[in-house]
Amino acid sequence: MPPQLTRLLIVFAVLASGLVAARHFLLPKTFGESGHYRTAAVEAITKQPVRYAGREACALCHPDIVEIHRKGNHQTVACEVCHGPAAAHVESPSDHQLPAPRERGYCPLCHGYDPSRPTGFPQIEPVAHNPLKPCISCHNPHEPRPPHVPEDCRACHGQIARMKAVSPHVQLACTRCHETPERHKTAPREARPDKPRTREFCGACHAQGASSPKEIPRIDLATHGGRFLCWQCHYPHQPELN
Amino acid sequence: MDPLQEILRQVVGYVYPNEIELHWGLLIVIYPYITGLVAGAFILASLVRVFNVRELQPTYRLSLLTALAYLIVAPLPLLAHLGHPERSYEIFITPNPHSAMAMFGFVYAWYLTVVLLLEIWFDYRKDLVVWSQQPHGWRRWVHRLLTLGVTDISAQSLGFDRSAGRFITIIGIPSAFLLHGYVGFIFGSVKANPWWSSVLIPIVFLFSAIVSGIALMLLFYLLGTLLRSKAVDMACMDKLAMFLFYALVLDFSLEMLDFIHRLYEAEESIHILSLLVSGRLFLSLVILQAFLGTLIPLLILGLISPALRRGGMVNLPDELRRLLYVGSAVLIQIGIFSTRWNVVIGGQLFSKSLRGLTVYKMQLLGMEGLFAAAALLILPLVLLLVLIAMLPPWAEAETHPTGA
Amino acid sequence: MKDEGPQPEASGEKIYADRRAFLRTCAQGASAVLFILQPRQGEAAYSPRDHFYGMGIDIAKCIGCGRCADACKKENDVPREPFYFRTWVERYMINDQGETTVDSPNGGIAGFPAATNEKGMLRTFFVPKLCNHCANPPCVQVCPVGATFATEDGVVLVDKDYCIGCRYCIQACPYGARFLDPRTRTADKCTFCYHRVVKGLLPACVEVCPTGARVFGDLRQRSSPLERFMRMNKLQVLKPSLNTGPKVYYASLDGEVR
Repeated sequence: MPPQLTRLLIVFAVLASGLVAARHFLLPKTFGESGHYRTAAVEAITKQPVRYAGREACALCHPDIVEIHRKGNHQTVACEVCHGPAAAHVESPSDHQLPAPRERGYCPLCHGYDPSRPTGFPQIEPVAHNPLKPCISCHNPHEPRPPHVPEDCRACHGQIARMKAVSPHVQLACTRCHETPERHKTAPREARPDKPRTREFCGACHAQGASSPKEIPRIDLATHGGRFLCWQCHYPHQPELN
Repeated sequence: MDPLQEILRQVVGYVYPNEIELHWGLLIVIYPYITGLVAGAFILASLVRVFNVRELQPTYRLSLLTALAYLIVAPLPLLAHLGHPERSYEIFITPNPHSAMAMFGFVYAWYLTVVLLLEIWFDYRKDLVVWSQQPHGWRRWVHRLLTLGVTDISAQSLGFDRSAGRFITIIGIPSAFLLHGYVGFIFGSVKANPWWSSVLIPIVFLFSAIVSGIALMLLFYLLGTLLRSKAVDMACMDKLAMFLFYALVLDFSLEMLDFIHRLYEAEESIHILSLLVSGRLFLSLVILQAFLGTLIPLLILGLISPALRRGGMVNLPDELRRLLYVGSAVLIQIGIFSTRWNVVIGGQLFSKSLRGLTVYKMQLLGMEGLFAAAALLILPLVLLLVLIAMLPPWAEAETHPTGA
Repeated sequence: MKDEGPQPEASGEKIYADRRAFLRTCAQGASAVLFILQPRQGEAAYSPRDHFYGMGIDIAKCIGCGRCADACKKENDVPREPFYFRTWVERYMINDQGETTVDSPNGGIAGFPAATNEKGMLRTFFVPKLCNHCANPPCVQVCPVGATFATEDGVVLVDKDYCIGCRYCIQACPYGARFLDPRTRTADKCTFCYHRVVKGLLPACVEVCPTGARVFGDLRQRSSPLERFMRMNKLQVLKPSLNTGPKVYYASLDGEVR
């Protein structure tokens, strides 16, 4: 073998064994035990302190409030949503008092009107709804049943109300088209409002021979729309303008 | 004022909140630029060695030294950009076999030690032995160390050097392709990013690497010759310009193929990518990369180099031709740097929600700032000067053993 | 008959079995009491092999209050600046021209500004986002050193004492779920509140979601809230074409969401 090759092989052997030795000393202890990672890292993450105690933690000391809360409209809302992380408070209640948001700005985070919220979720217009009064002066946040049943549909159907307000149907009351049982106000999902069931219902204003103001657009009920009910194509809360 | 707040105000459309901060900055632009130069310079050297392009002989050793100087610097921008550079050894200790990036250490080590250092060593071995036996000068001690104690320069031994060198070059060509194709793969394999995710990216990277390497060697050869007040070998310059033209044509065709393919397929991302190209990347992509960095040099080289017709389409005097070659090479460097910028920065300017664009604010100071980047671009030049001083690549420094 | 012989023994076995069951019930009751008093007692018994976690999100229930994003930052000590989120809430607004506007000011923590284009709005909704804890996670694939990994119980975690801060994982995540923690200079992301989950608690975001839009559960259990969620809803995951196998399942997800 040529001498230069022998010499090179020695150099490479030294380098390679250096690397193997370095790997031996530098390899972290728990690496590769259960995968290509340090098992110690999982333990370190597991030891991270818990800040939110969980909803079961409150019942031991606050059974009265929890009892009210458990049956009310806010039953799905955990205590810590409003009162913040409570683990430190559970450990030593007197050293860590929990805040209770009392200002008017807090509740609209959930209940301020926003068209992106699901229809039917109770929302108010913070500017118009009893201005300046803190929410908690009328609503008990642990059971925020309104002090009286909602007066009109806007309380829960803000999005529709706002659409209708700028539509040609602005003058029509919701109940003109939706027959609504009184119980809908207190048990909205059990007693649901009705919808128009016939084409003639809309025809009362929009049919060719209807006795309504002549500015109202007319159609021929016999030829227009076939087997569909009017609201299956049109959106009566904001009907197209032409 | 938090610079991120400033960026937040310039965001257009919707960007995921964690994407407002750009994570790979100027240093990561420099990294593929530098590795490209390494691969390009090496491939030029192998043209001489393997394909016997005689005219390019004057650039052979210089190309090897240039490749080495840039290869030594190549990992530094990566290292400087890490959140924890002190942990970088982990990439050798626990490399993730599924990670493209984990292979960097091995591809790099292979290329540095097995290819480049060995090729240089075998090529210089005879000279090292002769230089180490000089009676004067401190350099002979370094040379003696570099011989690794082997002083045999018999004809038989040198014959082995030659065939070993040739063998290594033959391994070296796919290795150089691997090195830079691999850098392209780091980007091309990110399926989350439609700007990067393309099988063509490694190949485009490779050909742009060859382009940038040849252009750089053209500049270095000319500079080295003029600084030593030697006559410029115009045959060599013409040959360089010719290969530069061919590489540029290939590079440009691949880039256009990629571009047209994207445009024709018009996937979900086409809208945001069009916005990107016509807006935030217009200067660096359309003007710098495509027009100044590719089309103008293509035109110049096509007309005056012997690529399309012996003596050039337009016959110009040597001086003027040389000047235009230099101009093209400089434009190409700017173009290739813009290419790296457009890939690395461009790929992060749009949100993966495909609904918005953020901005890149370059810092001046700090590890990832402009000055650090400039220093990393100058460092290989300094290294090259040192290497040239230690291992003169010029023909006149070569020793001719008696009786060989 | 031959089988008659061992009969008394078998019934004895049955008594013992009943007794064991009784004792087990007692022990469970006692440990439940202990658990409430000292939640950290349950830790030792946890075996990752018995679990495989996922999350369900019902878009139709999300009211965009941002309590999840807020609680996540508090529970996990995430930097408060609006550039670092383990979870956040997006608002989608699609108008009658088919144009989609998305925003997520400060991740939705402080609520959303009033919509300006309510009139031409076709549909609008909120979408909570977080790490999808993919079954085939691209971030884990690209990590050069093994500093991010999927645990046996299906949670993708980051080892912040081993992460070199190369940020390749951030580039590889199609969902923008990762960020670089400016304090540690390492990658960070949602852990499904792993430190809570192993103690039997819910992730903080699920704990505080007031409408139950977020459902957390164990895919390896026959009866878990998540199993029920997956039974009752038509599900969709984000960017299914990338084949990352997300384990965050959305109900009522709109096609515009990405």
